[in-house]
Amino acid sequence: MLEKAIKGSKTYWLWVLALLAVIAVGFMFYMRQLDFGLGITGMSRDVSWGFYIDQFTFLVGVAAGGVMVAIPHYLHDYKAFGKITVLAEFLAVSAVMMCMFFIVVDLGQPMRLLNVLLHPTPHSMLFWDMIVLSGYLFLNIVIGWNVLDAERNSVPPPQWVKPLIYLSIPWAISIHTVTAFLYCGLPGRTAWLTAILAPKFLAGAFAAGPAFLILLCLVVRKFTNFKIGQAQIQALAKIVCYAAITDLFFFLCEVFVAIYSQIPEHLEHLEYLFFGLHGHGALVPFMWLSILLIVSGILLLLIPSARENESVLAVACVAVFMGIWLDKGLGMIAGGFIPNPLNEITEYVPTMPEVMITIGIYASGLLILTILYKVVIGVKEELAGT
Amino acid sequence: MKKSRREFLKVAGITILGAGAGSLINGVSVLSAAESGRKPGLDFFKNSDALKAKRWGMAVDTRKLSDEICEKMQVSCHQLHNVPDFIKKFGKQEKRHEIKWIWETGFEHAFTGRENEFPRENLEDLPVVVTCNHCEKPPCVRACPTQATFKREDGIVMMDFHRCIGCRFCMAACPFGSRSFNFRDPRPAIYDRNPDFPTRTKGVVEKCNFCAERLAVGKLPACVEASEGALVFGDLEDPESDIRKLLAENYTIRRKPELGTNPSVFYII
Repeated sequence: MLEKAIKGSKTYWLWVLALLAVIAVGFMFYMRQLDFGLGITGMSRDVSWGFYIDQFTFLVGVAAGGVMVAIPHYLHDYKAFGKITVLAEFLAVSAVMMCMFFIVVDLGQPMRLLNVLLHPTPHSMLFWDMIVLSGYLFLNIVIGWNVLDAERNSVPPPQWVKPLIYLSIPWAISIHTVTAFLYCGLPGRTAWLTAILAPKFLAGAFAAGPAFLILLCLVVRKFTNFKIGQAQIQALAKIVCYAAITDLFFFLCEVFVAIYSQIPEHLEHLEYLFFGLHGHGALVPFMWLSILLIVSGILLLLIPSARENESVLAVACVAVFMGIWLDKGLGMIAGGFIPNPLNEITEYVPTMPEVMITIGIYASGLLILTILYKVVIGVKEELAGT
Repeated sequence: MKKSRREFLKVAGITILGAGAGSLINGVSVLSAAESGRKPGLDFFKNSDALKAKRWGMAVDTRKLSDEICEKMQVSCHQLHNVPDFIKKFGKQEKRHEIKWIWETGFEHAFTGRENEFPRENLEDLPVVVTCNHCEKPPCVRACPTQATFKREDGIVMMDFHRCIGCRFCMAACPFGSRSFNFRDPRPAIYDRNPDFPTRTKGVVEKCNFCAERLAVGKLPACVEASEGALVFGDLEDPESDIRKLLAENYTIRRKPELGTNPSVFYII
C-alpha cells in the first residue's frame, strides 16, 4: 500500500518538500544543541524541564484522543465512525512518534538512551511510559495497517486484529495516565501533586485529539475525493465539546481547592500562571488566552446552529486545540517548577533554537501523518472508483 | 514422544511466565527495596582505614555558622569535586545554569512553610547551609529510569555520571532543589582542577555525595573539615556517635519532613 505515498500531485510533493525543509532547519539546530548542550534552551537549574516535555505531554494526549473514535465504533457499534477509525489510528502513530522525538531531544546524553533498556527500573515511571508508548505505537500501526489492507481487498480484517483493537482501548487510557504519573507522584511539586492530574490530562486529550481530527477531516474532504460525511464530523464535535467542558470543570476544581484552602503552596503556582508572582508573570497573558480560547470554543460547540456551520466548527476546533495546547504545552511544566523548592523564582522562556527544534519535530510528525494519510486516501479513492 | 514434548513446552512456558511475573512483582515491590541500597560487591576496594556507618548523617549547628564559614565550605567542596564556576567564567547571565553541591541560603528559603510573621531576632540574617539531604527514602532514586542515582547501604545517595542519560527526572523529583544539571561543558569553567576526582561531561546530573571518596580513605567530608565545628558528621544508627549525642542534646529540625523522605541532615537553629 505504501506505493500510494510515492504517487502524488505537484501540490503533494511541494508540501512534502516544504516539510522536509523545515525538518532540516530543526535538525541543524538540534546538531547545535548536541554540540553545546541543553544550555542553548531556556531551561535552567530551577526550571529543568521546558518546552520539549510540554509538547511531549500534549502530544501523548493527541495520541490518546484517538480512542474517542475507537470506543463508539468498536464498543458501541457506531458504524459511521468505521470510515475514519484508520485516520484516528494514524494520527496516533504520528503523535506518538513526535512524543518519542521530544523525549530524545530533551535528553542530556541521548546516546545513552538505551540505558533505560539495559537497566530496566520498574520503580521509575519513565520506564513504564516507555513501555506504554512503544506498545501504543505498535498497536496503532498494526491495527491501522491491517484494517486498511482488508478494506482495500474488500475482506473483513483478520480475526487476530480484533483482540488487539480491544486491547488498544485501555492502552490509550494508560498512555496518558502513566504520563500524568510522571508528574503527580513527585513530592514537593505541589502544582502536580493532585490525584486529578491523570483525569484532567485525559479530558484535555479527548478534546484536543478529536478537535485536531475534525480539522484533518475537513482538510481531507476539501483536497481529496475521500468524502467524510456530516455524521462523523458532528459526532466528533459533540465529543470535543463535552470533553472540553470536563477539562474546564477539572481545572475549576483545582482552582477551588487552592483558593478556598488558602494553602500557599497550592496557591502560588496558580498565582504565578494567572496573575504573576512577586513581579514575575511571563506566562500570564498566555494562560488567560488559554481560558478564553477553551471557553469560546465550548460555547461555539454547544450552540447547534454554530456547530453545524462547518466554518464556525473549524474555528471552534482551532480554539479548543490551541487553548489546551497553551495549558498543557506551555504552562503545565513551567507552572510546576515556579516557584522552585526553595521558594525562589526563576522564569522560563523558550529560546529560538528550542522553538526551531520543536517546529522541526512537529514538521516530522506532519510528514509521517501526510504519508500515512496519503496511503489511506489512495485506498479510499481506489475503492470509490475515482 | 509427542506428548512429552508438549509437556515440556507447557512446563517451560509456565516457568518463563512465572519468572516474568515474579520479576514484575519484585519490580513493583522495589519501591522501598531499591532505596534500601545496592550490595557493595567490590570488597577488594575496601580500605581498612575507611570510615563506615550504618547510616551517615550530618548536623548543622547554625549558631556556629557565618557567611565566611559557609563560603569556605563551598569553596573547599567545589574545588575538591571539580565543580565549575560558570558565573566567574561566563558572567552573571550563567547563574541559571549554576552547579552547586552545597550553598548558603536564608532561613525562609531552606525551611519553606515555616514562615513566621514575628520571627526571632536576626532569624532572617541567619546563614543556613543546604545540600543534598541523603534522604532515607529518596524520591530521586525512585524516579531515575536507569538507577544512575542510587542509595548505598550506608545511606549515601550517589550518582553514576557515566550511566546518567540526562533526563532530569531526579531534579523534578527532588523536593530540595539539591541537584544540578550540566547544561554545558563544565570543563572550561573548572579552576584549579583536582586530578583525583572525575570531571563531568555536559548533559548529566550531579550533586553532593557526602564525600564518599574521602570516607573511603578515612577522611571526613570536606565541608565538615572546613566548617570550624559547625557541621558534625557521623553514624545516625550509632547511639554513641557524636552526631547522636548532639541530636539528643539539642532541638533540631529538618527540611520538609512532612514529605516523608526522611532527610539525614539536621539543623540546630
